[in-house]
Amino acid sequence: MTPELLEEGTRRAETYRATHSAASGDTESGGRAAAFSRLAIPGEVDTTHGRILYLEDVSVSFDGFKAINKLSLDIAPGELRCIIGPNGAGKTTMMDIITGKTRPDAGRVFFGSTIDLLRYKEAEIAQMGIGRKFQKPTVFEQLSVFENLELALKTNKAVTHSMLFKLDSTQSDRLAEVLHTIHLSDSVSRQAGFLSHGQKQWLEIGMLLMQDPKLLLLDEPVAGMTDEETERTAELFLSLKGKHSLMVVEHDMSFINTISDIVTVLCDGSVLAQGTLAQVQADERVIEVYLGR
Amino acid sequence: MKPVSLPSPAPLLSRTGWAAFLMALIIVCAVAPVLNLLVPVGNLFHLSDYGVGLVGRIMCYAICALAMDLIWGFTGILSLGHGLFFALGGYAMGMYLMRQIGLDGNYKSELPDFMVFLDWKELPWHWLLSGSFTATLFLVVAVPGLVAFVFGYFAFRSRIKGVYFSIITQAMTFAAMLLFFRNETGFGGNNGFTDFKRILNIPIATQEMRMTLFVLTGVTLLGFFLMARWLINSKFGRVLQAVRDAETRVMFSGYNPLGYKLTIWTISAMMCGVAGALYVPQVGIINPSEMSPANSIEIAIWAAVGGRATLIGPILGAFIVSGAKSWLTVAYPEFWLYFLGALFIGVTLFLPDGVVGLIKRLSKATNKSGDRS
Repeated sequence: MTPELLEEGTRRAETYRATHSAASGDTESGGRAAAFSRLAIPGEVDTTHGRILYLEDVSVSFDGFKAINKLSLDIAPGELRCIIGPNGAGKTTMMDIITGKTRPDAGRVFFGSTIDLLRYKEAEIAQMGIGRKFQKPTVFEQLSVFENLELALKTNKAVTHSMLFKLDSTQSDRLAEVLHTIHLSDSVSRQAGFLSHGQKQWLEIGMLLMQDPKLLLLDEPVAGMTDEETERTAELFLSLKGKHSLMVVEHDMSFINTISDIVTVLCDGSVLAQGTLAQVQADERVIEVYLGR
Repeated sequence: MKPVSLPSPAPLLSRTGWAAFLMALIIVCAVAPVLNLLVPVGNLFHLSDYGVGLVGRIMCYAICALAMDLIWGFTGILSLGHGLFFALGGYAMGMYLMRQIGLDGNYKSELPDFMVFLDWKELPWHWLLSGSFTATLFLVVAVPGLVAFVFGYFAFRSRIKGVYFSIITQAMTFAAMLLFFRNETGFGGNNGFTDFKRILNIPIATQEMRMTLFVLTGVTLLGFFLMARWLINSKFGRVLQAVRDAETRVMFSGYNPLGYKLTIWTISAMMCGVAGALYVPQVGIINPSEMSPANSIEIAIWAAVGGRATLIGPILGAFIVSGAKSWLTVAYPEFWLYFLGALFIGVTLFLPDGVVGLIKRLSKATNKSGDRS
């Protein structure tokens, strides 16, 4: 390619972006012209191909035990995907791989079409827009509910920035909104360590919301919650669906029944079955791994 | 949706806090000098030179305890090697003081006595900056800072945590001590530096100079206290506490803990360096025993006794423990180490939040009984 052609291409790409400025920072599927001369924007999640997360032939073993075995899985933008599976099926390990905590031995993990997650560290992956809730609720126990949420807020997270950080009014509004969503408005100044188990779960979910992630990974979000809290959580997740992509690992079948479209069953580190809850529950192989033969 | 009242950011110090701070500043800058220099010896209110020396020294320790609190109390990283940073700052100042001796040494040479003794003909390279006071001030913070930065970078990047980190910091200061014991290292071997004559060409052993150093140390301590307070009140400080409570959550919230730990670790080391530099001219000696593991452990004890994660606690802790030490080592010299051990065990078992925690608990208890009656 000659330099003239390169310059011409750059010029055309710029004109295109100038005329389509609304779409330029926010690549979404649908409603866009064909992908001619479209440039990959660093750090931007490209979901034009209709998938926000790809896992392809991922394997990882610990001391010879294959925790994940040629796992392939993909999730669409805005989807709420439920993952079920017996203990030791590799659900948590899969989340560890996606969030950068564990490096797989083989396979590829992509966020959108362009971001290779295996090249980033935990903090960078979180910054790009993948939020994670742990199995055991993990909040900052010595800090107040307010401070917990403030720390999770999506903003520049460099050291110098944190030293001079002041909450602006938009951010305060966002914080108040999340506090309301997670039903903790009355406990703003309470120390997080004194919250009930269910409230800690909510606080952690609230911290994820503050991060405003594109993809949320939720490991047993309703464990230890009362029926009422579980119901509220289901409502919350359904309201998040569409705006965010969610991956929920749960054992509570009635909860899954309320929220799920597609359920993926993991077993021995790979996908055993996939479909609606009714479909997978009718699947012979699924019944076999859950009930034994 | 009903409006939520969000807490407003905490002020640097409360009104009573500022009042107490100003009082401390006045005591250090005005009351102590007047009582020492103007009130005649023999008067009830006279502050003895011994007292000035003792409190001056303890204020240096308090700076170390404050530095330890930032890294241990707030960030949850127990360093058992802070004595090294203290000694490095002290050595940087000591080198300058050695050069200030000039031709007044035993050998009447431009070179420090121990170099003449070792038959060295010129200053080694690492003494090149020691002639300048400005350069010395720079080295006092830069050397401990650099050592801490390099050490911390590799330790934190490898995610060394908890007791493993404590052990390697202990090993670090021990290794440095062995290095400084050697004559070839060029820091006076096991004798270290002593016999200082002048600082900035002013005689060092006068009452006025002692008082000046005392005031300087007090002002530095108060300044560091304000700085620490500012750091801890900022979001940076809250991230540090978050690292202490749940480091993985911090990472998955998008923070890289490495930068945060490294920053506070380096700041803490620099504070100890400054404390060391203020300490050496007051006690008139620096030698490798300052790097002995026991000294570093003592810094941790000050912080633990006073109360971790309370800023004011470690300062009190330094005063209580060092005060008790200076009295006990005179009255019952053989019991000091037993006392120190018992104190550490007692505080760990019964006072997890130190003296400050105890005071808080007591004031709460009296408030409650007051309500009932």
